[in-house]
Amino acid sequence: MSQSYNRGLIEDFGRWKEFSAGMWAWIFHKFTGWMLIGYLFTHIAVLSTSIGASSESTAVIQAENDVYTTTLQGLEGLFLIRLLEIGLLAVAVFHILNGLRLLMVDLGIGLESQDKSFYASLLLTGAITVASVPTFMTEVGI
Amino acid sequence: MAERYSSFTPGGTGWFLQRITAAFLVVVLAFHFFLLHFVNHAYEVTFMQTQVRMENIGYFLTMVLFLVTAAFHGVNGVYNALVNQGLEGTQKKVVLAVLTIAGVGLVAQGIYVALAMRGMI
Repeated sequence: MSQSYNRGLIEDFGRWKEFSAGMWAWIFHKFTGWMLIGYLFTHIAVLSTSIGASSESTAVIQAENDVYTTTLQGLEGLFLIRLLEIGLLAVAVFHILNGLRLLMVDLGIGLESQDKSFYASLLLTGAITVASVPTFMTEVGI
Repeated sequence: MAERYSSFTPGGTGWFLQRITAAFLVVVLAFHFFLLHFVNHAYEVTFMQTQVRMENIGYFLTMVLFLVTAAFHGVNGVYNALVNQGLEGTQKKVVLAVLTIAGVGLVAQGIYVALAMRGMI
């Protein structure tokens, strides 16, 4: 006869000391997911300047003085924005790599290595993020 | 037998669509980041360049599909994260309604933006 136990909430963050690799992967996936959907709303808000730019004259657009170009280039001129972009890349890369790991888990592939693939996701995210720093920091003053 | 820890209904549409959109987003998100940060640098983006990219129907449709799948995947993910935190009853319904409105609003605004970039508005 089976017996069920009330184990409390699925994610009780008060029990974080008991979390294993798989649980940390789940928490990080969720955290990065929140960041990405939050960013998507911000991204569309910034890109909405294209609505204003589309009604500007061809001369203004060609001179790159339209509201879309000046807004984007203005933001890109800020050191803080470049730093946030590196953070966004790290978040996106981890979410992608761990997402691939989750798809494998769902398909039942490599279940016995699911903890190792989480550590690999973290290491690869770190490596890709560090390698991208020069690209993200091109032509910006501090 | 161990309890199920997922908020998704077994074999449900929500679970399936979350996986399908994930598989699509893995590819397109990587492409998007690569194109707009490594091939073209974000600090060099201009409205004229954006118009040229969006005038390509394949690119335009990919971006619209990217928006729709990302909005669905994100909003569905947030909803399930909140359900995992113990959301129930009326609260659950209200959260679902708010998230649906936010998601539909995001897609509508995003499509409007995409059409403006393509010179159709």
